[in-house]
Amino acid sequence: MNRAKKNDPVDVLIIGAGASGAAVAWSLAETRMRIVCLEQGDWPDSSRYPSTGRDFEARQFEDYAISPNRRGSAADYPVNDDASPIKVANFNGVGGGTVLYAGHFPRMHPSDFRVRSLEGVADDWPIDYGTLEPFYALNDKMMGVASLEGDPAYPPKGAVMPPLPLGRTGEKMGRAMNVLGWHWWPSDCAITSREYEGRAPCINLGHCGHGCAQGAKASTDITYWQEALRNRVELRTRCRVSRIETDDDRMATGVWYFDADGQEVFQPAEIVVMACNGIGTPRILLNSASERFPDGLANSSGQVGRNLMFHPYALARGRFDELLDGFRGSRVFMWSMEFYETDPARGFLRGYCYQFTRGYGPVVTAVNGMADGVVPWGEGHHEAYRRLFDRQAGLVSICEDLPEEINRVTLDPQLKDGNGIPAPKIDYRLGDNTKKMLDHSLARGVDILKAAGAQDIVTRSPLPYAGWHLMGTARMGTDPRRSVVNEWGRAHDVRNLFIVDGSVFVTSGGVNPTSTIQAIALYVADRIKARLHDLFD
Amino acid sequence: MTSSTESGAGAGGGGAVALSPAEAACLRVLAGHMIPPSAAYGVPGADDAAIFADMMTTVGRDREALSRTLARVDEAAGGRLSALPRATQAVLIARLRAAEPGLFAVVEAVVSRAYYRDDRVLRSLGLEPRPPFPKGYAVEEGDWSLLDPVRDRGPIHRDAG
Repeated sequence: MNRAKKNDPVDVLIIGAGASGAAVAWSLAETRMRIVCLEQGDWPDSSRYPSTGRDFEARQFEDYAISPNRRGSAADYPVNDDASPIKVANFNGVGGGTVLYAGHFPRMHPSDFRVRSLEGVADDWPIDYGTLEPFYALNDKMMGVASLEGDPAYPPKGAVMPPLPLGRTGEKMGRAMNVLGWHWWPSDCAITSREYEGRAPCINLGHCGHGCAQGAKASTDITYWQEALRNRVELRTRCRVSRIETDDDRMATGVWYFDADGQEVFQPAEIVVMACNGIGTPRILLNSASERFPDGLANSSGQVGRNLMFHPYALARGRFDELLDGFRGSRVFMWSMEFYETDPARGFLRGYCYQFTRGYGPVVTAVNGMADGVVPWGEGHHEAYRRLFDRQAGLVSICEDLPEEINRVTLDPQLKDGNGIPAPKIDYRLGDNTKKMLDHSLARGVDILKAAGAQDIVTRSPLPYAGWHLMGTARMGTDPRRSVVNEWGRAHDVRNLFIVDGSVFVTSGGVNPTSTIQAIALYVADRIKARLHDLFD
Repeated sequence: MTSSTESGAGAGGGGAVALSPAEAACLRVLAGHMIPPSAAYGVPGADDAAIFADMMTTVGRDREALSRTLARVDEAAGGRLSALPRATQAVLIARLRAAEPGLFAVVEAVVSRAYYRDDRVLRSLGLEPRPPFPKGYAVEEGDWSLLDPVRDRGPIHRDAG
């Protein structure tokens, strides 16, 4: 290794250029402070996204695979998730997980912030829906969210642009939900349904989950970052942070990172903001253990890395007689909140949302069909395949995962990344409440598919490769003995250290978290700006 | 949540390394049994020369898992699956698939990735052989009046007090 070098100090150092790092960078830019963001990955190149090639389905399992362990690129750090039935999914690069997410963009519900008060389990958040509401709205505009006003499952909220098409699949499933008398609504989607702020509208590539070549899906490399860079935020790519340094006043003094050449660099900073997701943030905090902070930085509560929540998914899909949308169209387009709130008669607390799904491309139809036993090998393959292709639809349930201390992120004693930094180890198991919820969601999902007229219904629970939502590992709270950051994102133990990613979630809700993660990042940035003169008091 | 969320395609990175001749022979036999040609649909089998040549380029990160499976199959065949008569191959493959249902998942993925992007196959499915971008696809808007009953039920969100 070369000798370490030291950079000139900056006012704000942000670690991670994904969903939350981009939002906080953009918001703080107006202060005219010197802001630098360090990102371990590179800028995505949309001309290389899978949907640009004939081999688009094969490539989704290669450089744009959702598992960092499968990708194994220079930007990725390995994750030991052997002790978890749910495997971590992420993307390391400018835009972070938003490069590969599907763009489903529900807000959390008011009840999600009051789980202890309402149900007697977990904890209440120190903030509520009303606190985040203006930041949800701002974020919807910055990301460009397509939605339909009037969803009865939410307090009133505006729409930035019209919703994405229902398609044949949405009609089919919507009619079934009406027969059952259950709630459904077009999803809030971070995908443009029309031209918006220089972005072209969705053209139904059907490949949102592996990078949107059209630029219709809101990944932060094409939304927040473009604005932040114009406002003179500096973004350094291929710079991987190993640890945060502190001084005798228990303040962060800056971070150590490896640059693209493997050179170790110290970046001094007045304020450090962590935006590395619910795995990356506790990893760096634990790797920052020192004589002053022997159990890891900001970990006097012992809560760093604990309470990991994933959102376990269950899946049901079926085959229909008529042609549907197949793989064409946005992956996300319609949700149901019918089973979102607690009903004691169901035997579990809290609930889940459904995210309806269209069909699959030619390759994935074959792979799934054979795995499901509905497409045989040999004689009969072609006929069965043709009964399936372009005629499938289904749903997944996104189940609220209650926080449990035994579900946690620690440092693996052996596994390291390309720079020799210890890798995260995941210990996670499904709670009894979650198992009951998964079972309920599968049973009701089958009811929906039957009501829609589906045949050959297939179910899966839990989905193993669905660890997208990484929450709870540096949670927010007013009690320093039981939480890592305070009600505006500042670490209890280190007064110039902030966390803005999904780590700060107190509970998970039962919806995709990106909208809330970004709303929190904007809220914390707002609080920083409002307190600039007494920020460290 | 994406299509690959479900199958995940396992773990393990690494660059593409060519299969050995023995591995390639075993894979080609399996491909032919998995997806035979069909005169009715006018499509080749997955052991078609052009498709198989393409298959060799798409093993990618599945190389290690594929090799393990192929070795297991050849071992069960007493040496080389490709050396057995076709009827014997079929019996052996059926027995292995029944005994170890997950064994062939990686083979199904590798074979399908090449077969279901072949121009002849796609045309037989009524598809234009092209990437999704930049032309995209049309999706019908749908009937928004279907939401009327949902609106009629009124608010369902919970007062969090």
